[in-house]
Amino acid sequence: MDLSAISPTLLLASLMVAATPIILAATGELIVEKSGVLNLGVEGMMIVGAICGFAIAVESGSPTLGFIAAATGGALLSLIFGFLTQVLLSNQVATGLALTLFGLGLSSMLGQSYVGIRPPATEKLDIPFLSDIPFIGPILFNQDIIVYVTLALVIGTWAVLKFTRAGLILRAVGENHDAAHALGYKVVRVRLMAIAFGGACAGLGGAYLSLVRVPQWTEGMTAGAGWIALAIVVFGAWRPFRVLLGAYLFGGVTVLQLNLQAAGVAIPVEYLSMSPYLITIAVLVIMSSGKAKAALSAPGCLGRIFHASS
Amino acid sequence: MIALEKRPEPSKLWSWATPILAVIATMIAGGLMFAALGKDPVESIRTIFWDPIFGEFAFYYRGQLLIKAGPLILIAIGLSLGFRAGIWNIGAEGQYIIGAICGAAVGLAFYPWDSFIVFPLMILAGALGGFLWAMIPGILRVKFNTNEILVSLLLVYVAEFILASMALGALKNPDGAGFPGSRNFRSYPAAYNEEIITGTGMHWGVVAAFIAVIFAYVLLARHLMGFQIKLAGQAPRAARFGGVNPSRLILFCLGISGALAGLAGLFEVSGPAGQISIDFNVGYGFTAIIVAFLGRLHPIGILLAGLLLALTYIGGEAAQSSLGLPAAAIQAFQGMLLFFLLAVDVLTNFRIRFGKREVA
Amino acid sequence: MKRRTLLAASAAALALATGGAFADGHAKTKVGFIYVGSIGDGGWNYEHNEARKKVQEHFGDKVETFFQERVPEGADAERAITQMALQGADLIFTTSFGYMDPTNAVAAKFPDVKFEHATGYKREHPNVSTYSARFYEGRAVIGHIAGKMTKTNKIGYIASFPIPEVIRGINSAYLHAKKVNPDVEFNIVWVFTWEDAAKEADAAKALIDQGVDVLMQHTDTTAPMLKAEEAGIMAFGQASDMISAGPTAQLTSIIDDWAPYYIARTQAVIDGTWESKDTWDGIEPGMVAFADMSDRIPEDVRAEATQMIEDIKTGAYKPFTGPINKQDGSVWLKEGETAADFGDDGLAGMSFYVEGLTAEIPN
Repeated sequence: MDLSAISPTLLLASLMVAATPIILAATGELIVEKSGVLNLGVEGMMIVGAICGFAIAVESGSPTLGFIAAATGGALLSLIFGFLTQVLLSNQVATGLALTLFGLGLSSMLGQSYVGIRPPATEKLDIPFLSDIPFIGPILFNQDIIVYVTLALVIGTWAVLKFTRAGLILRAVGENHDAAHALGYKVVRVRLMAIAFGGACAGLGGAYLSLVRVPQWTEGMTAGAGWIALAIVVFGAWRPFRVLLGAYLFGGVTVLQLNLQAAGVAIPVEYLSMSPYLITIAVLVIMSSGKAKAALSAPGCLGRIFHASS
Repeated sequence: MIALEKRPEPSKLWSWATPILAVIATMIAGGLMFAALGKDPVESIRTIFWDPIFGEFAFYYRGQLLIKAGPLILIAIGLSLGFRAGIWNIGAEGQYIIGAICGAAVGLAFYPWDSFIVFPLMILAGALGGFLWAMIPGILRVKFNTNEILVSLLLVYVAEFILASMALGALKNPDGAGFPGSRNFRSYPAAYNEEIITGTGMHWGVVAAFIAVIFAYVLLARHLMGFQIKLAGQAPRAARFGGVNPSRLILFCLGISGALAGLAGLFEVSGPAGQISIDFNVGYGFTAIIVAFLGRLHPIGILLAGLLLALTYIGGEAAQSSLGLPAAAIQAFQGMLLFFLLAVDVLTNFRIRFGKREVA
Repeated sequence: MKRRTLLAASAAALALATGGAFADGHAKTKVGFIYVGSIGDGGWNYEHNEARKKVQEHFGDKVETFFQERVPEGADAERAITQMALQGADLIFTTSFGYMDPTNAVAAKFPDVKFEHATGYKREHPNVSTYSARFYEGRAVIGHIAGKMTKTNKIGYIASFPIPEVIRGINSAYLHAKKVNPDVEFNIVWVFTWEDAAKEADAAKALIDQGVDVLMQHTDTTAPMLKAEEAGIMAFGQASDMISAGPTAQLTSIIDDWAPYYIARTQAVIDGTWESKDTWDGIEPGMVAFADMSDRIPEDVRAEATQMIEDIKTGAYKPFTGPINKQDGSVWLKEGETAADFGDDGLAGMSFYVEGLTAEIPN
C-alpha cells in the first residue's frame, strides 16, 4: 500500500473531469424538472449527443462544431419527448424510458462507421501564470474549456432561476401549471423550451464523454451516466449548487476508489466499487433527515399532465 | 386549428383501437427504417410480428413468448400499484437480482437434498429477498424522508456488485473448476423450475404472473387497500383526511413490488437462466416500468403490454439472425413502437376537434 | 425429457420439410455465430466477427455464415442458439463463457448440429466442442517487454473480473516482468466490467496519476490505450491491434485470431470429419498473435521477445515453469516443473496470485 502515490491535486483535477458529464446532464434535467416535467430519457439524449458530437467533430475536424452538434442532436431528440408529452399528453415516465431505448438504438446505428477512430483533441485552456499556482493552479486553471463552460452553466442556471423573470415563470409553471396558465403564461411553450434545453445539456454531457473524457466512440458508452444524473438532480433537491456538489461527491468517490485500488489499499475491491452508490445514499439520508426536507422541494407539478381546458 | 377536448369518460372503443393503430403505424415507420437499411420491409415486419406466433417455428416461439413475458408482467404488476399511489420504485432491477440471489442461495444450500420442500423454500426466500431490498428505500423514506427514486435506483448498482461477488465467490460452483457462476439448477431437479407442461414455456414464474394479474385486479376493484392506493394517487390530501396512513401505504407498495420482483428473479434463476452468473440480470426491472405504463397501470393492460413487448424481443432476435438486421435497429424499432403506443393514447382520453377553438 | 423428444421430432420434421438437413446434402453449409456484445466493440466480439468474415471469404459460396450480436447470457442465449439450429445451421459457435450451459442444453435437442463453445469446459454431448486461447503466452511476452521498458518500475493493469482467465494473465505478465526487472511493481485496478469506456478511461487516469509508465489492460475498449497516448506513456493493446488509438503509445498488442480455427472446424463439418474435442491453442497455431512491435522497443529487447515467441511456439519454453511460489509463499511449481492445464492448481481454474504480487484477489 502506498497512499503517498495519490496526489490530491491530480485527484481533484480528475474528479472535475469525471463529474462534468453528470453536471451537464443533471443541470439540464434540473431545468426540465423545475418546469414540472420528468424526463427519464437523459441516458438516451446523452448517448445521441455523444455520437452526434463525435461524428461531426471527426468529419469537420473541429471539436467546437462537435459540441454544437451534440447539443443540437440532444435537443432534437428531446423534442420527440416534448411533442409526445406536451402536445399529445402522453405519460412522461414511460415516454422518457422509451426515449432512452430509442436513443440507444439510434446512436448505435449512427455510430457504426465511427468505431475505432480517434477524435480531434479538445484544447486545454492553460491559463498562463494562474495554472502555475501550486495546488489550485492545476485544478482550477488547467482544464479543458468545457469544464469552465459547465461551471458557468451551473452559475447561470442558479442566477436565472433566482433573479430573473424567466426563472420566475419557469418555477411558476412547475409549481402550479393551472395557476400559471390562468396568469396567462404559455405553459406548453415554456415546458418545450425547458425540455429542449435539457436535451441540449444532456447532449453536451454525452459529447464530453466521447470527445474528452475517453475520447472515442463505443456503443452504449454512457453506461448509466444518464441515470446517475437523474439521481443527482434528486440528490441536489432541485438546486443548482447542490447538484454540483452531488456530482462532485459521486465523481469524487468514483475517482478516489479507483485511485485507492491502484495504490493497493487493503480495502476489499468489491466494497470500494460499491462505495460511490452507498456514500451518495448515506449523504442523502443525512441531509434529508435534517430540518430541510428534501422531498418537499420537488416542483409541485412534477410529472403531472397539463391540459389547458381541464 | 386543432384542439383537444377531454372526454368525460375514456373511450371504450378507442382504448381497444389505439394499440392496433399504434402497431400499424410502427409497422409503416419501422418498415421505412428497415428499407433504408437495405432490408425487405415486408419480410422484416413479418419476421418480427407474425412469424413468432404463426410462422414455421411458432411451436417453439410461443413458449418463449411466455418465458420472456412472465417476469416482465410479474414485476410490472407490483410496480403499477406503487405508481398508482405516486410511489416511485425505479429499482425493481435490484430487487429482482437480490431475490434471485436469496432464492438461489437457499436452493444451493440444500444441494443435493431431494425433497419437495426445497423449491417452496426457495420461492419464499426469493420473495423475501426482493421485499427486504425494497424495504431499504421504504424505511429510509418513512423514517428520514429520503427520496425513494434515488435510493431504489442507486441500489440497483449495489445489487449488481453483490451479484458479481456472489457469482465469483460465495455461490460459485464448487465443481466448476474455478470458473465463475453457480451450480446449474437443471442438474438439481428438486430446485429446478421445470416447465409444467413441456414445450409450452409455462413455468411457475408464468403461473405466478397470471396469479399476480388476478390478485391485482381484485385488490384494485374490491379491496380497501386498492381504494386507498387509487385515492392516494389521485388526491393525496383527500387521502390523508380520509384516513390513509401514508407510511403504511409506502411500505405496502414498495414491499409488494419488491417481493414480486424478487419472485421474478427467483423463477428466472431457477428456470430459464438456470444459474447465478455475473451478467444474470438483463434489464427486466427497467423494461417492466415501460410495461406498467403501456398497460396504463391496469392489470389486464399490463398482461397484454408484457406479451406485446416480449413479441418484439423474440421477433427482433429472429430478424437479426435470419435477415441480418443489426441489434441497434431492433432497439430503435422498439423505441418507435413505444412512442406510437404512447402517442395514440391521446385518442382514448381526448376528442380531437378541428376548427376554431371555442372560448372556454 | 418429453420436451427433448418434442423438439427433436420437430427438428426432424423440419429437416424433411425443407428438403433435408446438411447431412442429406443441402447445398450450403450454414455456420452461425452468437456474440455477447456488439460487433463494433473493437475488442472481443469484433475479433470473433472478423474471423467469421474470413470464414465467409475462405469458403465463398460453399458456406453461409450468419450471426446474432448482443445476446445476453442465460435464457436469451438458449433461445438464440435454438433459433439458429431451427433455421438450419450445421455448425454454431457460441463465443462467451456464459453460453456454456445453454450451448449444452441446445446441443442435446439437436444431435445433428455441431456446437463449438468458446472458453468453457463442459462437453456433455458428442456434438459439443470447446475451444480457447492461451492468451497467457502472449502476456508472458508483453510482461517481459514491460519489465525491460519501464522507468518508474510501476506497471498498471486494468482488469475486468477476477476469473481464472484474467488472473492467469496477471500472473504470467508479472512473472516475466519480475524476471527481467526485480524492482517491478504491479498496480492492479478491477473495474468489474468488460466494456465501459468511461470507467476504463478513469481507471487508466488513476494509474497514470500514480506514476505508472506502462499500461496493460484486460478489458475490451481502446479507452486505456487512448489515455496512455494522451499522457505519453507506453501501453499494450488487448484482443485487437489498437495502433490507431495509440500510434506512439502501443508497444505491441495481443491479438485474438480465431480465423484459422473457425476455418478448420468449418472444413471438418464439410468433410464430415468433425469430432468433439477440447482445443486450447496458443501462439503456435496462430490463435494468439501480436501486432507489429513498436520502434520504441530497443533492438535487443525486441530480439529477446521474438526469441521467447519462437521458444513458446516450439514448446521449448512454457511460461509457467517452476520454481514458482504462490502469493502466500507456499510452493506451487518446483524447479523445472511446468503447470498442468487441469486439476487442482491447474491453469484452467487458476484462482491465486503468484508470490510477489501484493494485492488481494477480490471475489
